[in-house]
Amino acid sequence: MTASNALAPPAGVPDPRDELAGHIPALRAFAISLTRNVSEADDLVQEAILKAWSNFDKFQPGSDLKAWLFTILRNTFYSARRKTRREVADPDGLHAATLAVKPAHDGRLALADFTRAFDQLSAEHREVLILVGANGYSYEQAAGMMGCAVGTAKSRANRARARLGELLGLAEGEDLISDNPLTLQAVAGPGGPQAA
Amino acid sequence: MTEEKGKPGLRRDIDENLKRVYEAAIDPEIPDRFKALLAQLKAQQDGVRNNEPEGSR
Repeated sequence: MTASNALAPPAGVPDPRDELAGHIPALRAFAISLTRNVSEADDLVQEAILKAWSNFDKFQPGSDLKAWLFTILRNTFYSARRKTRREVADPDGLHAATLAVKPAHDGRLALADFTRAFDQLSAEHREVLILVGANGYSYEQAAGMMGCAVGTAKSRANRARARLGELLGLAEGEDLISDNPLTLQAVAGPGGPQAA
Repeated sequence: MTEEKGKPGLRRDIDENLKRVYEAAIDPEIPDRFKALLAQLKAQQDGVRNNEPEGSR
């Protein structure tokens, strides 16, 4: 039973298995942003936990456990998607997960529009924005997790931001919240009076 | 992240909104389903470890 050595680190070294539970909330949020479906997201998280558990001997002690778990989760997501080519017909996504969110400014409508626009992005664009924009990973780290070159991660993030801006009807230089163009739009409707 | 310095307003706003919606999507409560899964995996692991012969360490 030589393989049993891989089951646990030697005494005194913290076992990353004990820290796994603490990362489940972040894994679920990441999974929701990828699958755009809350129940599918939890199935994905479950699969990722099982994979992580049987591969903990490959985890480098002291390295970023959350990043390692995120990598397993996104790889699981993409390999399942390649197999089934499943598309969610009616995505609920981040929008459903964040309905209760109260934005700091009076941008409630703007934020609802934001999540709706986010859920329209491609999975690759959602992924890079969650890693770089929301989690604050560097392009180097994100590239490592996505298995691509740093330049690819960077240009993917820039395209994703540009696409999101397009979906929101924003051009470079316009403010998302403080000027509230979206709130005005949502109140007035697309055919309503334009803000001067 | 020096490349983030002086990033344009749109990009800064998008990233701020991303952080906000992502954090809002994080539910700190761990569903029972995952608590049970972890407990089960731990029990299996302990079972294997306890069956390990003494001399194998």
